[in-house]
Amino acid sequence: MSLNIVRQPMPSQDPESRIKNFDEVALGYTLEQALEESKRCLNCKNAACIKGCPVQINIRDFVQSIKTKDFLNAYKILKSANNLPGICGRVCPQETQCEQACVLAKQGNPIAIGRLERFVADWAIENNITDLKLDLKKNISPKVAIIGSGPAGLTCAADLAKAGFKVTIFEGLHAAGGVLRYGIPEFRMPKKILDHEINLIKSLGVEISINVVVGKTKTIDDLRKQGFKAFFISTGAGLPYFLEIPGENLNGVYSANEFLTRINLMKAYKFPEYETPISIGEKVCVIGAGNVAIDCARAALRLGAKKVIVVYRRSQTEMPARDEEIINAKEEGIEFELLTSPLKIIGDAQGNVIAMECQKNQLAEVDASGRKSPVPVLGSEFTIKTQTVICAIGQGPNPLLISNLPELNLNSRGNIIVDENMQTNLMGVFAGGDIVTGAATVILAMGAGKKAALAIGQYLKK
Amino acid sequence: MSHRIINNEFLNQQVFRLTVEAADIAAKIKPGQFIILRLDEKAERIPLTVSQANPQQGYIQLIIQKIGTSTIRLSELKPGDIIQDMIGPLGQPTEIKNYGKVICIAGGVGIAEIYPLAAALKNAGNTLSSIIGARNKDLLMLEQEIKQLSSCFYSVTDDGSAGAKGNVGDILKKLLTEQSYDIVFAVGPVAMMKAIAELTKKYKLKTIVSLNSIMVDGTGMCGSCRVSIAGKTKFVCVDGPDFDAHLVDFAELAMRQKRFTKQEKHCLPENKEHKACH
Repeated sequence: MSLNIVRQPMPSQDPESRIKNFDEVALGYTLEQALEESKRCLNCKNAACIKGCPVQINIRDFVQSIKTKDFLNAYKILKSANNLPGICGRVCPQETQCEQACVLAKQGNPIAIGRLERFVADWAIENNITDLKLDLKKNISPKVAIIGSGPAGLTCAADLAKAGFKVTIFEGLHAAGGVLRYGIPEFRMPKKILDHEINLIKSLGVEISINVVVGKTKTIDDLRKQGFKAFFISTGAGLPYFLEIPGENLNGVYSANEFLTRINLMKAYKFPEYETPISIGEKVCVIGAGNVAIDCARAALRLGAKKVIVVYRRSQTEMPARDEEIINAKEEGIEFELLTSPLKIIGDAQGNVIAMECQKNQLAEVDASGRKSPVPVLGSEFTIKTQTVICAIGQGPNPLLISNLPELNLNSRGNIIVDENMQTNLMGVFAGGDIVTGAATVILAMGAGKKAALAIGQYLKK
Repeated sequence: MSHRIINNEFLNQQVFRLTVEAADIAAKIKPGQFIILRLDEKAERIPLTVSQANPQQGYIQLIIQKIGTSTIRLSELKPGDIIQDMIGPLGQPTEIKNYGKVICIAGGVGIAEIYPLAAALKNAGNTLSSIIGARNKDLLMLEQEIKQLSSCFYSVTDDGSAGAKGNVGDILKKLLTEQSYDIVFAVGPVAMMKAIAELTKKYKLKTIVSLNSIMVDGTGMCGSCRVSIAGKTKFVCVDGPDFDAHLVDFAELAMRQKRFTKQEKHCLPENKEHKACH
């Protein structure tokens, strides 16, 4: 049997047409491609890929099930460990997790585990597989409150519901999903996938109570009085950082959160059919080079910007965004101004952005983040003409809930401190995801949600 | 949680009062706080001040000015209609205590916002002098309600069609030359609040303003509503909406309120059939 040495390429919309729409760029494997790709799996006895997965999906067995065309079984294996396979198959950084651990990675061609995961999840949607007849336990109390419906909260809720607990998720916005809803654009992860996976979690008996800002509409104490016995705080990294340079409040400067929320949650890209406006210049600068920055840059292009420049203070090697997304962005014509730091944003008399002054950097020693630190080059100042600046330099913990819990222990960055069981210093209050770790990935938040669900289960059985 | 319209009445040609079911919010809201609502799937999220809350009967009242198509659509709601989404209470409550002699100043739709605040301040034992102003007679409102709370009451209009002719600043100037006061609360257009801040600063008289800015989530997540307070960036939605008037960069606030003017014009009713903006 001759096997493909290289992995199956992902079919995608061609760059010229995709920059004119918000439809998904990666189209997903065909059945033939999925079968071909699955045949490359060596079925390792000691499957290193599984250890590379933060939620320990039995990757080997699900890939082997694809090989034998038993897609239902593949889906069952996925779902038993991962409540959001359609999402993870799209947005997980597999290249630094499961795929990095694959033995074929040594030759540079690991099994395309993420693409196969997505294939199986999409197959299940197409074939309307909504009821896995999971062996749900029927114990309906005690009640658990999950605060925040992002990846950590959804995962924790689903696992607790499967274990027989009555779970309510409280969400501040008008739709569930957290960063999956307001942060990740349609062209990278369609909302219908999110809706589908959330509906499956609801079908486990999880209630989702939207438009409830815990800390404002209801406090933890109110919820205790309503009979909730344990709490999981998964409120994420919802506080945008700004540059703290002159001109950051000029019209035309957005935080990545505002820019993406207008587009993703409020559908400003369908303005005026949807009523939330967004204003975009001919030239757009995005500060930062993480996945959020790349999402902003690609969204700006789709809103009609003629030129989009990603401005990053270090070099390409240090860019935190996934390689796949950087390649996508470059294919779409997004430019990169590397080793560059903004100094100030310049406005006209009406307060609209017209330019950004920057300076060049060179890289010096490795800093605390493990990356080479940028050092300004004297006399290298230059000006970029631009009408829109988007700050995608990271997010901190949103203080809204935690400022209403003054007795909760926080670290110096404002993140919640938890013990090895994800428990905070408050009785029955657990926390996980970005609110604990600082801004990280969807899958790490899911891992935290899983771990917390186990710990909460044990706590409530005591 | 459904938000059913109980009543909708016009207070003048531009301003209407919606009474709407919102038990959770009514139970918690304090003077100075606000809510965000989204009328339906395609609507914007807009921040609105609650003018009255009835926790026993589980409703709140919103006084809203028709300024764009979102608010025009809200003005068309009838009893029984539903507002799809509403969150709150948001923002920090106003610090209500016995300050002594208090001046409450409001302009335009700000009159609706000052009313519950004036009532709470009165309740806390303060002596109130109130000044309300509008462009003309038709845009004044709640005169009787506010007058009842106040030891001294003044209403002014730009054109003199009701009350004195002039603006709220003229009256304030007069009051400040006559005697001393302990604090001023002001709500209204940016230009009005700016003028008041400049005036009271000369008298070193503490002045609190309630700011309106463009918001999306209202929970500190997006930074759309940011303002400069003593040179530092703050979020109106979580740090405000009340701020020390003498520290606010009003010029920047006025500029930021115009962020989407072009888009808003594009979708006003005369330009676009029933497409809305805030």
